[in-house]
Amino acid sequence: MTQTPKLAWKGVTKRFGGRAVLDGLDLSVAPGKSLVIIGGSGQGKSVTIKTALGLLRPEAGEIELDGKNIVGLSEGARRKLFSRIGVLFQGAALFDSLTIWENVAFRLLNADGVSRKVAKDRAIEALEQVRLAPSVADRYPSELSGGMQKRAGLARAVVAQPEILFFDEPTTGLDPITAAAINELISNQVRRLGSTAVSITHDLASAQTIGDEIAMLHDGKIIWRGPAAELHTTDNPYVRQFVEGRAEGPISHAV
Amino acid sequence: MTAQAARKAAPNPIRALGRSTLAAISTVGGVGVFAVRGVAAALSPPWFFGQLWRQIVAIGFFSLPVVGLTAVFTGAALALNIFTGGGRFNAEQVMPQIVALGITRELGPVLAALMLAGRVSAAIAAEIGAMRATEQIDAMRTLSTDPFRYLVGPRLLAGVLMLPILTAVADTIGVAGGWLVATRVLDFSPTVYIRNTISFLESWDIISGLIKAGVFGFIVTLMGCYHGYNASGGARGVGRATTHAVVSSAILIFASDYLLTTFFTHAAK
Repeated sequence: MTQTPKLAWKGVTKRFGGRAVLDGLDLSVAPGKSLVIIGGSGQGKSVTIKTALGLLRPEAGEIELDGKNIVGLSEGARRKLFSRIGVLFQGAALFDSLTIWENVAFRLLNADGVSRKVAKDRAIEALEQVRLAPSVADRYPSELSGGMQKRAGLARAVVAQPEILFFDEPTTGLDPITAAAINELISNQVRRLGSTAVSITHDLASAQTIGDEIAMLHDGKIIWRGPAAELHTTDNPYVRQFVEGRAEGPISHAV
Repeated sequence: MTAQAARKAAPNPIRALGRSTLAAISTVGGVGVFAVRGVAAALSPPWFFGQLWRQIVAIGFFSLPVVGLTAVFTGAALALNIFTGGGRFNAEQVMPQIVALGITRELGPVLAALMLAGRVSAAIAAEIGAMRATEQIDAMRTLSTDPFRYLVGPRLLAGVLMLPILTAVADTIGVAGGWLVATRVLDFSPTVYIRNTISFLESWDIISGLIKAGVFGFIVTLMGCYHGYNASGGARGVGRATTHAVVSSAILIFASDYLLTTFFTHAAK
Protein backbone atom coordinates (compact mmCIF):
# COMPACT_ATOMS: atom_id res chain seq x y z
CA MET A 1 0.00 0.00 0.00
CA THR A 2 1.50 3.31 -1.06
CA GLN A 3 -1.02 5.59 0.59
CA THR A 4 -1.29 6.02 4.38
CA PRO A 5 -4.72 4.76 5.39
CA LYS A 6 -7.04 7.29 6.99
CA LEU A 7 -7.83 4.88 9.79
CA ALA A 8 -6.23 1.55 10.62
CA TRP A 9 -6.66 -1.08 13.30
CA LYS A 10 -3.38 -2.97 13.82
CA GLY A 11 -3.52 -6.18 15.81
CA VAL A 12 -6.27 -4.83 18.07
CA THR A 13 -7.39 -7.15 20.84
CA LYS A 14 -10.24 -6.40 23.23
CA ARG A 15 -11.40 -8.83 25.89
CA PHE A 16 -14.55 -8.94 27.98
CA GLY A 17 -14.38 -11.27 30.96
CA GLY A 18 -11.66 -13.41 29.41
CA ARG A 19 -13.34 -13.71 25.98
CA ALA A 20 -11.48 -11.97 23.15
CA VAL A 21 -14.19 -10.10 21.25
CA LEU A 22 -11.55 -8.59 18.98
CA ASP A 23 -8.67 -10.99 18.44
CA GLY A 24 -5.81 -9.21 16.72
CA LEU A 25 -8.01 -7.25 14.33
CA ASP A 26 -6.24 -5.82 11.26
CA LEU A 27 -8.30 -3.46 9.16
CA SER A 28 -7.79 -0.20 7.36
CA VAL A 29 -9.70 2.29 5.28
CA ALA A 30 -8.22 4.61 2.66
CA PRO A 31 -8.98 8.35 2.70
CA GLY A 32 -12.32 9.23 1.16
CA LYS A 33 -13.47 5.61 0.99
CA SER A 34 -16.49 4.06 2.61
CA LEU A 35 -15.89 0.78 4.42
CA VAL A 36 -18.73 -1.34 5.72
CA ILE A 37 -18.12 -4.02 8.34
CA ILE A 38 -20.66 -6.83 8.28
CA GLY A 39 -21.05 -9.78 10.60
CA GLY A 40 -23.43 -11.52 12.92
CA SER A 41 -24.55 -10.25 16.30
CA GLY A 42 -21.92 -10.43 19.01
CA GLN A 43 -19.01 -10.71 16.58
CA GLY A 44 -17.42 -7.46 17.73
CA LYS A 45 -18.73 -4.94 15.19
CA SER A 46 -19.76 -2.35 17.76
CA VAL A 47 -16.58 -2.94 19.74
CA THR A 48 -14.54 -2.24 16.59
CA ILE A 49 -16.08 1.22 16.27
CA LYS A 50 -15.92 1.92 19.99
CA THR A 51 -12.19 1.19 20.15
CA ALA A 52 -11.59 3.64 17.30
CA LEU A 53 -13.68 6.26 19.11
CA GLY A 54 -11.75 5.73 22.35
CA LEU A 55 -14.94 4.72 24.17
CA LEU A 56 -13.32 1.33 24.78
CA ARG A 57 -9.60 0.81 25.28
CA PRO A 58 -8.06 -2.24 23.61
CA GLU A 59 -5.68 -4.46 25.58
CA ALA A 60 -3.30 -4.81 22.68
CA GLY A 61 -2.64 -3.30 19.27
CA GLU A 62 -2.70 0.16 17.81
CA ILE A 63 -5.30 2.25 16.09
CA GLU A 64 -3.85 4.79 13.70
CA LEU A 65 -5.44 7.91 12.35
CA ASP A 66 -3.42 9.40 9.47
CA GLY A 67 -0.59 7.10 10.55
CA LYS A 68 -0.55 8.27 14.19
CA ASN A 69 -1.50 6.00 17.09
CA ILE A 70 -4.59 7.25 18.92
CA VAL A 71 -4.92 4.58 21.62
CA GLY A 72 -4.67 6.03 25.12
CA LEU A 73 -4.87 9.70 24.14
CA SER A 74 -5.49 12.18 26.95
CA GLU A 75 -9.05 13.47 27.44
CA GLY A 76 -8.12 16.84 25.99
CA ALA A 77 -6.43 15.42 22.89
CA ARG A 78 -9.34 13.05 22.40
CA ARG A 79 -11.81 15.96 22.61
CA LYS A 80 -9.85 17.79 19.93
CA LEU A 81 -9.78 14.68 17.77
CA PHE A 82 -13.55 14.31 18.07
CA SER A 83 -13.98 17.65 16.29
CA ARG A 84 -12.87 15.80 13.11
CA ILE A 85 -15.26 12.90 13.68
CA GLY A 86 -19.01 12.46 13.30
CA VAL A 87 -20.95 9.51 14.69
CA LEU A 88 -24.47 8.25 14.04
CA PHE A 89 -25.39 5.95 16.93
CA GLN A 90 -27.63 2.93 16.64
CA GLY A 91 -30.58 4.43 18.51
CA ALA A 92 -29.65 7.91 17.22
CA ALA A 93 -28.74 8.76 20.88
CA LEU A 94 -30.35 12.19 20.69
CA PHE A 95 -30.40 14.11 23.99
CA ASP A 96 -34.05 13.93 24.99
CA SER A 97 -33.96 17.04 27.17
CA LEU A 98 -32.94 19.21 24.20
CA THR A 99 -34.84 20.25 21.07
CA ILE A 100 -33.86 18.82 17.69
CA TRP A 101 -31.91 21.90 16.63
CA GLU A 102 -30.07 22.03 19.98
CA ASN A 103 -29.18 18.37 19.42
CA VAL A 104 -27.91 18.98 15.90
CA ALA A 105 -25.98 22.06 17.03
CA PHE A 106 -24.73 20.48 20.30
CA ARG A 107 -21.09 20.52 19.25
CA LEU A 108 -21.32 24.07 17.91
CA LEU A 109 -23.00 25.35 21.08
CA ASN A 110 -21.05 23.48 23.73
CA ALA A 111 -17.60 22.81 22.28
CA ASP A 112 -17.07 25.41 19.55
CA GLY A 113 -18.68 28.39 21.29
CA VAL A 114 -20.84 29.37 18.32
CA SER A 115 -23.64 31.83 19.14
CA ARG A 116 -27.14 30.38 19.46
CA LYS A 117 -28.41 32.28 16.44
CA VAL A 118 -25.66 31.13 14.08
CA ALA A 119 -25.80 27.60 15.52
CA LYS A 120 -29.53 27.40 14.90
CA ASP A 121 -29.11 28.54 11.29
CA ARG A 122 -26.44 25.91 10.71
CA ALA A 123 -28.56 23.25 12.40
CA ILE A 124 -31.54 24.05 10.16
CA GLU A 125 -29.25 23.90 7.14
CA ALA A 126 -28.03 20.46 8.24
CA LEU A 127 -31.62 19.34 8.82
CA GLU A 128 -32.46 20.38 5.27
CA GLN A 129 -29.54 18.27 4.02
CA VAL A 130 -31.25 15.20 5.54
CA ARG A 131 -34.65 16.40 4.28
CA LEU A 132 -36.16 17.40 7.59
CA ALA A 133 -38.31 20.53 7.52
CA PRO A 134 -37.25 23.56 9.60
CA SER A 135 -40.50 23.13 11.58
CA VAL A 136 -38.94 20.01 13.16
CA ALA A 137 -36.15 22.11 14.69
CA ASP A 138 -38.08 23.18 17.77
CA ARG A 139 -39.57 19.80 18.58
CA TYR A 140 -38.19 17.25 21.03
CA PRO A 141 -36.75 13.85 19.99
CA SER A 142 -39.62 11.93 21.63
CA GLU A 143 -42.07 13.67 19.27
CA LEU A 144 -40.30 12.24 16.19
CA SER A 145 -40.59 8.84 14.50
CA GLY A 146 -37.62 6.45 14.52
CA GLY A 147 -36.70 7.34 10.95
CA MET A 148 -36.84 11.08 11.66
CA GLN A 149 -34.69 10.58 14.76
CA LYS A 150 -32.11 8.77 12.61
CA ARG A 151 -32.14 11.69 10.16
CA ALA A 152 -31.66 14.17 12.99
CA GLY A 153 -28.82 12.00 14.29
CA LEU A 154 -27.27 12.07 10.82
CA ALA A 155 -27.62 15.86 10.69
CA ARG A 156 -25.84 16.07 14.06
CA ALA A 157 -23.03 13.85 12.76
CA VAL A 158 -22.41 15.91 9.62
CA VAL A 159 -23.06 19.47 10.89
CA ALA A 160 -19.38 20.22 11.58
CA GLN A 161 -18.19 18.63 8.30
CA PRO A 162 -16.09 15.85 9.82
CA GLU A 163 -13.24 14.04 8.09
CA ILE A 164 -14.42 10.66 9.31
CA LEU A 165 -17.96 9.44 9.80
CA PHE A 166 -19.01 6.38 11.79
CA PHE A 167 -22.39 4.74 11.33
CA ASP A 168 -23.47 2.17 13.92
CA GLU A 169 -26.24 -0.02 12.46
CA PRO A 170 -27.85 2.92 10.64
CA THR A 171 -30.90 1.00 9.40
CA THR A 172 -31.63 -1.30 12.34
CA GLY A 173 -35.24 -1.03 13.47
CA LEU A 174 -36.45 0.85 10.39
CA ASP A 175 -38.91 -0.32 7.73
CA PRO A 176 -37.37 -1.12 4.29
CA ILE A 177 -38.49 2.13 2.68
CA THR A 178 -37.22 4.34 5.49
CA ALA A 179 -34.03 2.26 5.58
CA ALA A 180 -33.48 2.85 1.85
CA ALA A 181 -34.00 6.58 2.35
CA ILE A 182 -31.47 6.65 5.21
CA ASN A 183 -28.96 4.68 3.11
CA GLU A 184 -29.33 7.14 0.28
CA LEU A 185 -28.90 10.11 2.61
CA ILE A 186 -25.80 8.55 4.15
CA SER A 187 -24.13 7.97 0.78
CA ASN A 188 -25.09 11.48 -0.36
CA GLN A 189 -23.61 13.08 2.74
CA VAL A 190 -20.42 11.02 2.61
CA ARG A 191 -19.94 11.98 -1.05
CA ARG A 192 -20.80 15.63 -0.45
CA LEU A 193 -18.28 15.99 2.39
CA GLY A 194 -15.65 13.73 0.83
CA SER A 195 -15.30 12.08 4.22
CA THR A 196 -13.95 8.66 5.04
CA ALA A 197 -16.77 6.48 6.36
CA VAL A 198 -16.82 3.38 8.53
CA SER A 199 -20.17 1.66 9.01
CA ILE A 200 -21.26 -1.50 10.73
CA THR A 201 -24.41 -3.32 9.79
CA HIS A 202 -25.94 -6.73 9.27
CA ASP A 203 -28.26 -5.30 6.62
CA LEU A 204 -26.76 -6.39 3.28
CA ALA A 205 -28.78 -3.95 1.18
CA SER A 206 -27.50 -1.16 3.36
CA ALA A 207 -23.92 -2.47 3.12
CA GLN A 208 -24.02 -2.45 -0.68
CA THR A 209 -25.59 1.00 -0.94
CA ILE A 210 -23.26 2.85 1.39
CA GLY A 211 -20.04 0.85 1.04
CA ASP A 212 -17.21 1.03 -1.50
CA GLU A 213 -15.69 -1.93 0.26
CA ILE A 214 -17.08 -4.57 2.57
CA ALA A 215 -15.25 -6.49 5.28
CA MET A 216 -16.72 -9.40 7.17
CA LEU A 217 -15.94 -9.77 10.86
CA HIS A 218 -16.14 -13.18 12.49
CA ASP A 219 -14.74 -14.28 15.84
CA GLY A 220 -12.88 -11.00 16.26
CA LYS A 221 -11.01 -11.22 12.94
CA ILE A 222 -11.64 -10.04 9.38
CA ILE A 223 -12.30 -13.21 7.36
CA TRP A 224 -13.14 -11.60 4.04
CA ARG A 225 -12.71 -8.24 2.43
CA GLY A 226 -13.54 -7.02 -1.05
CA PRO A 227 -15.32 -4.44 -3.22
CA ALA A 228 -19.02 -4.08 -2.43
CA ALA A 229 -19.98 -5.59 -5.80
CA GLU A 230 -18.17 -8.85 -5.01
CA LEU A 231 -20.30 -9.60 -1.96
CA HIS A 232 -22.65 -11.76 -3.99
CA THR A 233 -20.01 -13.41 -6.20
CA THR A 234 -17.34 -14.43 -3.70
CA ASP A 235 -17.07 -18.13 -2.89
CA ASN A 236 -15.88 -17.54 0.68
CA PRO A 237 -18.03 -20.04 2.62
CA TYR A 238 -18.55 -17.68 5.58
CA VAL A 239 -19.75 -14.84 3.37
CA ARG A 240 -21.93 -17.24 1.37
CA GLN A 241 -23.64 -18.49 4.53
CA PHE A 242 -24.17 -14.95 5.80
CA VAL A 243 -25.45 -13.60 2.47
CA GLU A 244 -27.77 -16.55 1.90
CA GLY A 245 -28.93 -16.48 5.52
CA ARG A 246 -28.47 -20.21 6.19
CA ALA A 247 -28.42 -21.62 9.72
CA GLU A 248 -25.97 -24.36 8.67
CA GLY A 249 -22.43 -23.67 7.57
CA PRO A 250 -19.03 -22.74 8.93
CA ILE A 251 -20.60 -20.09 11.20
CA SER A 252 -22.33 -21.77 14.10
CA HIS A 253 -23.98 -19.38 16.50
CA ALA A 254 -24.35 -20.26 20.11
CA VAL A 255 -28.05 -19.38 20.08
CA MET B 1 -10.89 -23.31 32.16
CA THR B 2 -9.83 -25.76 34.86
CA ALA B 3 -9.19 -22.94 37.29
CA GLN B 4 -12.63 -21.59 36.53
CA ALA B 5 -14.22 -24.98 37.08
CA ALA B 6 -12.37 -25.37 40.37
CA ARG B 7 -13.56 -21.95 41.47
CA LYS B 8 -17.14 -22.91 40.77
CA ALA B 9 -16.82 -26.27 42.50
CA ALA B 10 -15.52 -24.92 45.81
CA PRO B 11 -17.49 -21.99 47.24
CA ASN B 12 -14.86 -21.14 49.78
CA PRO B 13 -15.99 -18.68 52.50
CA ILE B 14 -12.55 -17.08 52.68
CA ARG B 15 -12.58 -16.59 48.92
CA ALA B 16 -16.07 -15.06 49.13
CA LEU B 17 -14.87 -12.72 51.88
CA GLY B 18 -11.87 -11.73 49.79
CA ARG B 19 -14.02 -11.09 46.76
CA SER B 20 -16.49 -8.87 48.60
CA THR B 21 -13.64 -7.00 50.31
CA LEU B 22 -11.99 -6.34 46.96
CA ALA B 23 -15.32 -5.25 45.50
CA ALA B 24 -15.88 -2.87 48.42
CA ILE B 25 -12.40 -1.36 48.10
CA SER B 26 -12.77 -0.93 44.35
CA THR B 27 -16.16 0.77 44.83
CA VAL B 28 -14.73 3.19 47.39
CA GLY B 29 -11.84 3.92 45.02
CA GLY B 30 -14.25 4.34 42.13
CA VAL B 31 -16.42 6.79 44.06
CA GLY B 32 -13.31 8.68 45.17
CA VAL B 33 -11.94 9.06 41.64
CA PHE B 34 -15.40 10.00 40.39
CA ALA B 35 -15.77 12.63 43.13
CA VAL B 36 -12.37 14.19 42.35
CA ARG B 37 -13.17 14.37 38.62
CA GLY B 38 -16.61 15.80 39.41
CA VAL B 39 -15.22 18.50 41.73
CA ALA B 40 -12.50 19.39 39.24
CA ALA B 41 -15.15 19.72 36.52
CA ALA B 42 -17.35 21.85 38.79
CA LEU B 43 -14.55 24.23 39.75
CA SER B 44 -12.75 24.84 36.43
CA PRO B 45 -13.95 26.32 33.14
CA PRO B 46 -15.66 25.85 30.77
CA TRP B 47 -18.82 26.11 32.83
CA PHE B 48 -22.26 25.30 31.47
CA PHE B 49 -24.31 27.99 33.21
CA GLY B 50 -27.53 26.95 31.49
CA GLN B 51 -27.16 23.46 32.93
CA LEU B 52 -26.29 24.84 36.38
CA TRP B 53 -29.40 27.03 36.39
CA ARG B 54 -31.60 24.09 35.36
CA GLN B 55 -30.24 22.01 38.21
CA ILE B 56 -30.62 24.85 40.72
CA VAL B 57 -34.29 25.09 39.77
CA ALA B 58 -34.80 21.30 39.73
CA ILE B 59 -32.92 20.59 42.96
CA GLY B 60 -33.63 23.76 44.92
CA PHE B 61 -36.90 25.29 43.89
CA PHE B 62 -38.92 22.15 43.20
CA SER B 63 -37.83 20.54 46.48
CA LEU B 64 -39.32 23.39 48.52
CA PRO B 65 -42.81 21.85 49.00
CA VAL B 66 -41.61 18.45 50.16
CA VAL B 67 -38.96 19.91 52.47
CA GLY B 68 -41.41 22.46 53.89
CA LEU B 69 -44.10 19.86 54.62
CA THR B 70 -41.62 17.52 56.27
CA ALA B 71 -40.30 20.35 58.43
CA VAL B 72 -43.66 21.68 59.63
CA PHE B 73 -44.92 18.27 60.75
CA THR B 74 -41.63 17.30 62.36
CA GLY B 75 -41.48 20.62 64.24
CA ALA B 76 -45.04 20.13 65.46
CA ALA B 77 -44.50 16.52 66.59
CA LEU B 78 -41.19 17.41 68.20
CA ALA B 79 -42.88 20.18 70.22
CA LEU B 80 -45.54 17.78 71.53
CA ASN B 81 -43.01 15.10 72.44
CA ILE B 82 -40.62 17.43 74.19
CA PHE B 83 -43.48 19.07 76.06
CA THR B 84 -44.67 15.67 77.31
CA GLY B 85 -41.14 14.48 78.13
CA GLY B 86 -40.17 17.75 79.75
CA GLY B 87 -43.31 17.58 81.89
CA ARG B 88 -41.92 14.52 83.71
CA PHE B 89 -39.41 16.76 85.50
CA ASN B 90 -41.32 20.02 85.30
CA ALA B 91 -39.30 21.42 82.44
CA GLU B 92 -42.12 22.02 79.93
CA GLN B 93 -41.15 25.66 79.63
CA VAL B 94 -37.78 24.96 77.91
CA MET B 95 -39.60 23.20 75.08
CA PRO B 96 -39.18 26.11 72.56
CA GLN B 97 -35.43 26.19 73.09
CA ILE B 98 -35.03 22.43 72.67
CA VAL B 99 -37.20 22.38 69.57
CA ALA B 100 -35.12 25.17 68.05
CA LEU B 101 -31.85 23.43 68.91
CA GLY B 102 -33.01 20.05 67.64
CA ILE B 103 -34.23 21.48 64.36
CA THR B 104 -31.35 23.78 63.50
CA ARG B 105 -28.50 21.51 64.54
CA GLU B 106 -29.89 18.14 63.53
CA LEU B 107 -33.33 17.63 62.06
CA GLY B 108 -33.43 20.53 59.59
CA PRO B 109 -30.32 19.46 57.64
CA VAL B 110 -30.86 15.69 58.00
CA LEU B 111 -34.53 15.70 57.00
CA ALA B 112 -33.99 18.07 54.10
CA ALA B 113 -31.10 15.86 52.93
CA LEU B 114 -33.17 12.68 53.23
CA MET B 115 -35.99 14.22 51.24
CA LEU B 116 -33.43 15.22 48.60
CA ALA B 117 -31.99 11.70 48.63
CA GLY B 118 -35.41 10.39 47.68
CA ARG B 119 -36.32 13.12 45.27
CA VAL B 120 -33.12 14.31 43.67
CA SER B 121 -30.61 11.48 44.01
CA ALA B 122 -33.08 9.03 42.49
CA ALA B 123 -33.98 11.40 39.65
CA ILE B 124 -30.33 12.09 38.82
CA ALA B 125 -29.44 8.38 38.84
CA ALA B 126 -32.40 7.53 36.62
CA GLU B 127 -31.75 10.34 34.14
CA ILE B 128 -28.00 9.79 33.79
CA GLY B 129 -28.50 6.00 33.86
CA ALA B 130 -30.99 6.21 30.98
CA MET B 131 -28.55 8.45 29.09
CA ARG B 132 -25.87 5.81 29.61
CA ALA B 133 -28.21 3.02 28.44
CA THR B 134 -29.18 4.88 25.24
CA GLU B 135 -25.56 5.85 24.39
CA GLN B 136 -26.27 9.55 25.00
CA ILE B 137 -23.17 9.81 27.22
CA ASP B 138 -21.00 8.24 24.50
CA ALA B 139 -22.62 10.58 21.97
CA MET B 140 -21.80 13.58 24.18
CA ARG B 141 -18.13 12.59 24.28
CA THR B 142 -18.00 12.24 20.49
CA LEU B 143 -19.43 15.78 20.31
CA SER B 144 -16.29 17.04 22.09
CA THR B 145 -18.18 17.72 25.33
CA ASP B 146 -16.99 16.28 28.65
CA PRO B 147 -19.96 14.62 30.42
CA PHE B 148 -18.32 15.45 33.76
CA ARG B 149 -18.52 19.14 32.96
CA TYR B 150 -21.92 19.04 31.32
CA LEU B 151 -23.75 16.56 33.58
CA VAL B 152 -21.88 15.94 36.83
CA GLY B 153 -20.34 19.31 37.70
CA PRO B 154 -23.56 21.39 37.54
CA ARG B 155 -25.44 18.82 39.64
CA LEU B 156 -22.77 18.70 42.36
CA LEU B 157 -22.59 22.48 42.45
CA ALA B 158 -26.36 22.86 42.60
CA GLY B 159 -26.56 20.31 45.45
CA VAL B 160 -23.89 22.03 47.54
CA LEU B 161 -25.46 25.46 46.96
CA MET B 162 -29.13 24.58 47.29
CA LEU B 163 -29.32 22.18 50.24
CA PRO B 164 -28.12 24.84 52.77
CA ILE B 165 -30.80 27.19 51.44
CA LEU B 166 -33.44 24.45 51.69
CA THR B 167 -32.20 23.74 55.21
CA ALA B 168 -32.57 27.39 56.19
CA VAL B 169 -36.15 27.17 54.95
CA ALA B 170 -36.67 23.89 56.83
CA ASP B 171 -35.27 25.45 60.04
CA THR B 172 -37.69 28.36 59.81
CA ILE B 173 -40.73 26.24 58.95
CA GLY B 174 -39.81 23.60 61.55
CA VAL B 175 -39.64 26.17 64.33
CA ALA B 176 -42.90 27.59 63.04
CA GLY B 177 -44.46 24.12 63.28
CA GLY B 178 -43.41 23.92 66.92
CA TRP B 179 -44.78 27.41 67.50
CA LEU B 180 -48.15 26.45 65.98
CA VAL B 181 -48.59 23.48 68.30
CA ALA B 182 -47.30 25.42 71.29
CA THR B 183 -49.68 28.34 70.81
CA ARG B 184 -52.75 26.49 69.52
CA VAL B 185 -52.62 23.28 71.55
CA LEU B 186 -50.39 23.91 74.55
CA ASP B 187 -51.30 27.50 75.59
CA PHE B 188 -47.83 29.01 75.15
CA SER B 189 -47.73 32.75 74.57
CA PRO B 190 -46.89 33.42 70.88
CA THR B 191 -44.50 36.29 71.60
CA VAL B 192 -42.75 34.58 74.50
CA TYR B 193 -42.19 31.46 72.39
CA ILE B 194 -40.50 33.46 69.66
CA ARG B 195 -38.53 35.61 72.09
CA ASN B 196 -37.25 32.50 73.92
CA THR B 197 -36.26 30.84 70.68
CA ILE B 198 -34.38 33.84 69.33
CA SER B 199 -32.57 34.75 72.54
CA PHE B 200 -31.54 31.12 73.12
CA LEU B 201 -30.19 30.21 69.68
CA GLU B 202 -26.55 30.96 68.91
CA SER B 203 -25.46 31.66 65.38
CA TRP B 204 -23.26 28.55 65.47
CA ASP B 205 -26.36 26.36 66.01
CA ILE B 206 -27.65 27.52 62.65
CA ILE B 207 -24.33 27.74 60.81
CA SER B 208 -23.20 24.25 61.84
CA GLY B 209 -26.49 22.92 60.47
CA LEU B 210 -25.97 24.74 57.19
CA ILE B 211 -22.41 23.39 56.87
CA LYS B 212 -23.79 19.89 57.37
CA ALA B 213 -26.34 20.63 54.66
CA GLY B 214 -23.61 21.59 52.19
CA VAL B 215 -21.86 18.26 52.79
CA PHE B 216 -25.15 16.36 52.48
CA GLY B 217 -25.94 18.20 49.24
CA PHE B 218 -22.63 16.97 47.84
CA ILE B 219 -23.32 13.39 48.98
CA VAL B 220 -26.84 13.26 47.52
CA THR B 221 -25.89 14.59 44.09
CA LEU B 222 -22.62 12.62 43.97
CA MET B 223 -24.40 9.33 44.68
CA GLY B 224 -27.02 10.07 42.02
CA CYS B 225 -24.38 10.93 39.41
CA TYR B 226 -22.04 8.06 40.31
CA HIS B 227 -24.64 5.31 40.22
CA GLY B 228 -26.31 6.71 37.09
CA TYR B 229 -23.03 7.17 35.23
CA ASN B 230 -21.96 3.61 35.99
CA ALA B 231 -25.33 2.00 35.30
CA SER B 232 -25.18 -1.05 33.06
CA GLY B 233 -27.69 -3.59 31.82
CA GLY B 234 -30.56 -1.58 30.34
CA ALA B 235 -33.78 -0.84 32.21
CA ARG B 236 -32.94 -3.14 35.10
CA GLY B 237 -29.57 -1.46 35.46
CA VAL B 238 -31.24 1.95 35.67
CA GLY B 239 -33.59 0.63 38.38
CA ARG B 240 -30.65 -0.77 40.30
CA ALA B 241 -28.74 2.49 39.96
CA THR B 242 -31.70 4.43 41.36
CA THR B 243 -32.02 2.14 44.38
CA HIS B 244 -28.30 2.25 45.08
CA ALA B 245 -28.25 6.03 44.79
CA VAL B 246 -31.03 6.49 47.38
CA VAL B 247 -29.78 3.85 49.82
CA SER B 248 -26.14 4.92 49.69
CA SER B 249 -27.11 8.60 50.00
CA ALA B 250 -29.19 7.89 53.10
CA ILE B 251 -26.49 5.82 54.81
CA LEU B 252 -23.75 8.32 53.98
CA ILE B 253 -25.95 11.18 55.26
CA PHE B 254 -26.35 9.50 58.67
CA ALA B 255 -22.71 8.45 58.91
CA SER B 256 -21.34 11.85 57.95
CA ASP B 257 -23.91 13.52 60.22
CA TYR B 258 -22.45 11.70 63.20
CA LEU B 259 -18.86 12.46 62.15
CA LEU B 260 -19.63 16.15 61.56
CA THR B 261 -21.50 16.45 64.86
CA THR B 262 -18.54 14.89 66.70
CA PHE B 263 -16.16 17.23 64.92
CA PHE B 264 -18.27 20.32 65.68
CA THR B 265 -18.64 19.33 69.34
CA HIS B 266 -14.88 19.00 69.74
CA ALA B 267 -14.21 22.15 67.76
CA ALA B 268 -16.56 24.12 70.02
CA LYS B 269 -14.66 23.13 73.18
